[in-house]
Amino acid sequence: MIKKNDLILTGIILIIALAAILFMTLTREEGGVVVVTVDGEVYKTLPLDEDTTLLIGDEQGDYNVLKIEDGEAAMTEANCPDKICVMHRSIHYDHESIICLPHKVAVEIQNGEESNVDIITN
Amino acid sequence: MKTKTMASYGMLIALAFILSYIESIIPIPVPIPGIKIGLANLVVIIALFMMGPKQAFVLSMVRIVLVGFTFGSLSTMMFSLAGGILSWLLMVTARKWKGFSMTGVSILGGIGHNTGQILVAMWVVNNSILIYYLPFLLISGLVTGAAIGMTGAAITTNIKKTDFMKG
Repeated sequence: MIKKNDLILTGIILIIALAAILFMTLTREEGGVVVVTVDGEVYKTLPLDEDTTLLIGDEQGDYNVLKIEDGEAAMTEANCPDKICVMHRSIHYDHESIICLPHKVAVEIQNGEESNVDIITN
Repeated sequence: MKTKTMASYGMLIALAFILSYIESIIPIPVPIPGIKIGLANLVVIIALFMMGPKQAFVLSMVRIVLVGFTFGSLSTMMFSLAGGILSWLLMVTARKWKGFSMTGVSILGGIGHNTGQILVAMWVVNNSILIYYLPFLLISGLVTGAAIGMTGAAITTNIKKTDFMKG
């Protein structure tokens, strides 16, 4: 049986999550650059308005292929086990990201004006 | 350890293990890092309500280590451990408070699991951008947690009718 508190909890979580999503959607802006980081270090910064393909690889043979086309960035190929990054839809708004956890690769959109303030360094 | 306890552990670990396997072959339609159905949490939450916090913790940890070595890797095991521990902590606290039914406890467990995973993910990729996924993970934890909790409640009612785990 379900108690009243369960419903209150559900309501609170829904309100918080939906408010956050709504806020993110309403305040989002088109991004300007694609920043690729590997293990927290900036690997490459590319403009979003230039069509390119970038191979992000390391010595162990792990690779991800990033494709920028028509102002959108997408991971088109990778040899990671879960392929979450490849399934991710293409991104172009500021703060959107595609993450490949197994390879520690993060592709994120930034507006192109600010510096890399979002990146945590050790 | 009594023979009956030992047998219960063995059976429940096997059950959780199978559920983890089933979960691993179900493709998840939403490509968000850290997202999980959490089928194995069904066993953990039933153990929490019928046996106790300590037993639920042992079950959860043994399952994660076993599954990590069998289907995953050291890094997936690390994500699961963080999720499992945070989820257990929230569920035990919620259960102690007695304000929630199994569904509420399970919702907190689901959210704890997803949040724990995303926190470790942030640390692993060394990038705070992952925090933007949190609202979506809260909703997914809520939905899967509620489903697991309601299923768990139905199962517990039926187990209590038999004399399994008594004595």
